[in-house]
Amino acid sequence: MMVLLQVIVAGLLIGSVYALFSSGLTLVWGMMNVINFAHGEFVMLGMYVAFWGLTVFHLGVIGFGFAAAVLLFILGVLVYFLLIKSVMRGPMLAQILSTFGLLLVLRYSAFMAFGSDFVGLPEDILGPSYNVGGILLSAPKVVAGVTALVITLGLHFMLTKTMLGSRILAVAENRNAAMLMGIRPDRMQAIAWGISGASAGLAGALIATFYPVSATVGESLGLIAFVVVTFGGFGSVPGAMLAGLIIGLIESLSAFYFGPVYQDVFVYALFVLVLWVRPHGLMGKAP
Amino acid sequence: MGETTRLDGESALNKVIEKILWCVLALFFLLFPLSFNNPYYEQLGSLVLLAAISASAWNLIGGYAGQVSVGNVVFFGAGAYLPLLIYKLWGLSPLYGFPVGMLISVLIAVLIGIPTLRLSGHYFSMATIAVAELIRILVSNWDFVGASVGLTGPAVAKNWSDLVFKSSVPYYYMFLSVLVLILVTTYLIDHSRFGYYLRAIKAGERAARSLGVPVSRYKLYVFMISAAFTSLAGSLYAVKFGFIDPSSGFGLLISVNMIIVAALGGAGRLLGPLLGAVILIPLQAETNSIFGGRGTGLTYILYGAIIVLIARYEPGGLLRLWDLFVDKYLSARSTK
Repeated sequence: MMVLLQVIVAGLLIGSVYALFSSGLTLVWGMMNVINFAHGEFVMLGMYVAFWGLTVFHLGVIGFGFAAAVLLFILGVLVYFLLIKSVMRGPMLAQILSTFGLLLVLRYSAFMAFGSDFVGLPEDILGPSYNVGGILLSAPKVVAGVTALVITLGLHFMLTKTMLGSRILAVAENRNAAMLMGIRPDRMQAIAWGISGASAGLAGALIATFYPVSATVGESLGLIAFVVVTFGGFGSVPGAMLAGLIIGLIESLSAFYFGPVYQDVFVYALFVLVLWVRPHGLMGKAP
Repeated sequence: MGETTRLDGESALNKVIEKILWCVLALFFLLFPLSFNNPYYEQLGSLVLLAAISASAWNLIGGYAGQVSVGNVVFFGAGAYLPLLIYKLWGLSPLYGFPVGMLISVLIAVLIGIPTLRLSGHYFSMATIAVAELIRILVSNWDFVGASVGLTGPAVAKNWSDLVFKSSVPYYYMFLSVLVLILVTTYLIDHSRFGYYLRAIKAGERAARSLGVPVSRYKLYVFMISAAFTSLAGSLYAVKFGFIDPSSGFGLLISVNMIIVAALGGAGRLLGPLLGAVILIPLQAETNSIFGGRGTGLTYILYGAIIVLIARYEPGGLLRLWDLFVDKYLSARSTK
């Protein structure tokens, strides 16, 4: 029983990190109807920023988290202005190919630059594991999970309660009407891409504290992000949050009962099932 | 009056030129292996044709219907595994596996296609990736199909139907005939009501639907045809190399290869995939021989950059650039 509880807690903690990077993906998707296939690669870059931040620049924990978020924010804005802005006007084929090509460039550049070896941050970087009422809690996972949850909630409140959030949602709702209200859609969309990148970067830095870093890690994390945004619903940040937690839980439970090899199988199977029975997800508008 | 006759004359001339070009193209591919008598070029030629086959199969769903499938590798893998599985289980000729692989691929296409083709294109792309990864993981852990080790075909031929040849030339002509079959099918589809439907769907699904095009049904049909041909490409790969494992059968990069070969030449154009294969496959062979093991990484960086540039500047690919060039320089001169 204690073991099961342990598995559930671990699943929810990793799930809230999934929720964080997926909410960035869903924000851009809901706003511009574009899916960033390179989102998993953004998370991978965040992990490497954390790794280099710690080992080369000796940044503290808060320092490398901040660095990952800022650098990936800049990358997101750059990708928007250099690529997405013009591709948006093109056919669907171009929209999908553009970020898919970006995925290949980022993944294999990292592969060439950093090699195929797994690297990891020191295990006790955020402190040791604690035994709380029979459940073993490792400090990095708790810090990562709680931080991710708080930031995701913060993102939700930023979107629903602040002026900037209203502007972003206004552009998402109706680009032309927003423009007539004096909002610059271009700027809002660039900020959304920045936020999306920052969420991936910060999530990457958080995962890096307990998960091995490698150039190809974006492959499975990117797929998880697709599953979470589809399950949560098109463009819904609260949906992504709920779905992220559920996916983390399913992953953890299936790894526990059937072995780690099959944890992704259950998640991808759930994805196909969701598309069959509820394509607009938990909280999304009907597509 | 004079205007129309001049135009008619010009289009007749264009038709003749087109026919001559087709003959030159056909002769080139028919005579290619005979003109070198060099195993390296024979091998390269057969690889180019194989890439053109799978990219042409992808072109039906991705190019003509505009639905970017990233999961066509599933059909490639099914087509590659079945012939070798049938050989391993019963010692039968791998040829029997060809139709079985195609049948299974069509079934998988229906299973993926029905839920996802109703939705917008991004869902379809994501779902196809997820299904491809799902099946790759399952196959990697399934002992019946060799798990992570994979399957091997016949080492020595008992008779011709084992499809084991020392030289690449028999494979070359086998691939060439399959490619012609696919291109003829594509041409016939493109010039039928089916083709008009596909073009309408690609241009705008909502508009197509409002004009009475059965959008979901025809997307599913073309996905099934694409699946069957991709499976055939997988079967040909398996008999040529006599070996298949999860990464060479179900690796996502196989899908990437199909997409970039088609998109570089011209997605949704009959000869686009062939043009893309003629350019990219020798390029890939060169980078691999120059950079060795690190070449693979470099190849995919290059591939990614090419995809981004195509998407950013000319989604129509090289054939579209050629059209623009002809319009600007050649036609302009003839109208003077």
